[in-house]
Amino acid sequence: MGGHSSWPEWIYIGVVVALLVWVGAEAWNVERLVEHIPAEAKTIIVTGQQWFWTFEHEDGTKEIGELHVKKGIPYKFEIGSKDVIHSFNIPDYLVLMDAVPGRINVVWFLPVEEGEYPIQCREYCGLLHYNMRGTLYVEDGA
Amino acid sequence: MVLELAKPRPIWYIMFSTHHTDIGLLYMITSLAFLFMGGALAIAIRMELFYPGVQFIADSMTFNRMFTIHGTTMIFLFILPFASGVGNYFVPIIVRYKDMAYPKLNAIAFWMIPPAGALVWLSFADFGWYAQPPYSLISSPAPAADMWIFGLKILGVSSILGAINFIVTILKCKHPDLPLSKMPLLGWSFLSSSIIMIVAMPTFAAALLMLLMDRMGVTGFFNPAMGGDPIAYAHLFWFTFHPEVYVLVIPAIGMMYEIIPRFSRKPIFSQGSGMFAFIMLALVSFASWGHHMFATGMSFTEKTVFMIGTLAAVPASAMHVFNFLATMWGGRIKFATPMMWATGGIALFFAAGAGGVVNTAMPLDFITHDSYWVVGHFHLFVFGTIAFGSIGFLYYMFPYITGRMYHEKLGQVHFILSFVGAVMVFFTQHILGLFGMPRRVFDYPPIPEWIAMNQLAGVGAFLILAGSVIFLGNLIYSSGKGKDADMDDPFGLGGKYYYPYQAKTPHH
Repeated sequence: MGGHSSWPEWIYIGVVVALLVWVGAEAWNVERLVEHIPAEAKTIIVTGQQWFWTFEHEDGTKEIGELHVKKGIPYKFEIGSKDVIHSFNIPDYLVLMDAVPGRINVVWFLPVEEGEYPIQCREYCGLLHYNMRGTLYVEDGA
Repeated sequence: MVLELAKPRPIWYIMFSTHHTDIGLLYMITSLAFLFMGGALAIAIRMELFYPGVQFIADSMTFNRMFTIHGTTMIFLFILPFASGVGNYFVPIIVRYKDMAYPKLNAIAFWMIPPAGALVWLSFADFGWYAQPPYSLISSPAPAADMWIFGLKILGVSSILGAINFIVTILKCKHPDLPLSKMPLLGWSFLSSSIIMIVAMPTFAAALLMLLMDRMGVTGFFNPAMGGDPIAYAHLFWFTFHPEVYVLVIPAIGMMYEIIPRFSRKPIFSQGSGMFAFIMLALVSFASWGHHMFATGMSFTEKTVFMIGTLAAVPASAMHVFNFLATMWGGRIKFATPMMWATGGIALFFAAGAGGVVNTAMPLDFITHDSYWVVGHFHLFVFGTIAFGSIGFLYYMFPYITGRMYHEKLGQVHFILSFVGAVMVFFTQHILGLFGMPRRVFDYPPIPEWIAMNQLAGVGAFLILAGSVIFLGNLIYSSGKGKDADMDDPFGLGGKYYYPYQAKTPHH
């Protein structure tokens, strides 16, 4: 409208759309790779409940609040909940998946460095949500 | 024209009036009261998090109740009623009609807000503004949760009534000489946000009823113990509340469209581009609700679809930013208080939008999701964009409402404190999220980065508090004792451009 030309706006919109297409395509590609679970991944059953995490390894060992894994082995978490929705999170490994009662959600990760890493709940779950924490121990697999 | 304080009337004249400016005034005073109440809770939350460990809030349950009521108050009792207040003042003037289409319905819609606000505040519920089942079904104490649900129910009905009124006023009562394409963009913002509201809100109304029945044990829609699915609630909730984000932000953008051209002493760069962007936002707002649920175990295909739907909203928002900057380009800009708030709001709107792109890029969402990043991100919208636009517009309307001028220097100090404060609180919260701090936590382990960031945010919150105290003082003092405003050109802009209050409006 008016006497001014509108080509700067078209160029601007073009640049914005091109950036978005690039971000979207890149995100699509990375997510596709991230979601591909390696066949040799070991399963760990993760159960959230108010207000702690329980882990069950393939060999039947159970741990509460602590999770011991071996370096260099991919692990697949099968995450469920006993009461309300929680969110299983290992920030240092970018592991994040909701624990929804009535569902099993799957996410995998590959520990690459020995050490202790925090585990926390990232979905509000009530009284002690802030303290629903645990520790991941990555140990030498040899 | 309303000059409440120059020509005082008994308060019940205003309370029982159905005139659009009276109801607009009631809306604005109520919403400002709730802004300060919700803000007090925010300050308490930031003070509690200033150090790790327990400070002065007795227990985590009190803290959880505080952030729940803070969120509910700011969205439903400040932002929405404030926009309705502005719309009540200006929509009839913009379309050149004597009042809203349904004055009594308008009064009813307003008077639903105080009882609903009382229900929400007396409930002091604890499940977050999202009332997520099954937590809200099995863990929330009884009277609180039910009162909150009833309060929200009433607010939802009030919003729908208000939206119907705006749509009918604009489409049916518009002066025949004024084509829709020439209607000021503030009017367009109310048209598009009201349409979104009418389409989106009934879904939440249904979800609330289902939640209430689930809580009573009658049904089990969202209760896994009875075969229900809590994720169904998430879909219903976000189907309403992602579009609702645009209901909140679009009127604020419309308010900036009033301020920016006037204080730049130039016409809007492109009316067409502004209208197109509003319509686009209204359409694509319904294509993106799933991005709130990427971490609930969505399939790759679902996430891709919702990512594309979310990214589609960005060009329309970017068009608004372009329109603002192109309007200011080459203008003789006067940085009076309303203009400062509007430009500050645009800057923070841009930052918020850029952060939003990160959130919706699927792998990155798993870094930011439910962390403090998200808190910083949406506060850049609700505070940085919407509250900035609204407060700027309140300064702009001040002479119109009171016939007096606010104190200009204090208004500018208020802006500077709030802008610096907003950057300190919400930008640091983004970083805090990248360091992995979850949102909605009462306490946190003493990680040095977390402490530093929380303290920066705490200082920022105090700057905003200081600004708000000045704001309140300025409002109260100036409305009674301020200088008389020059009603033809209160901001000294030369009076060349249209001021809404110069329109001749028949009073009934």
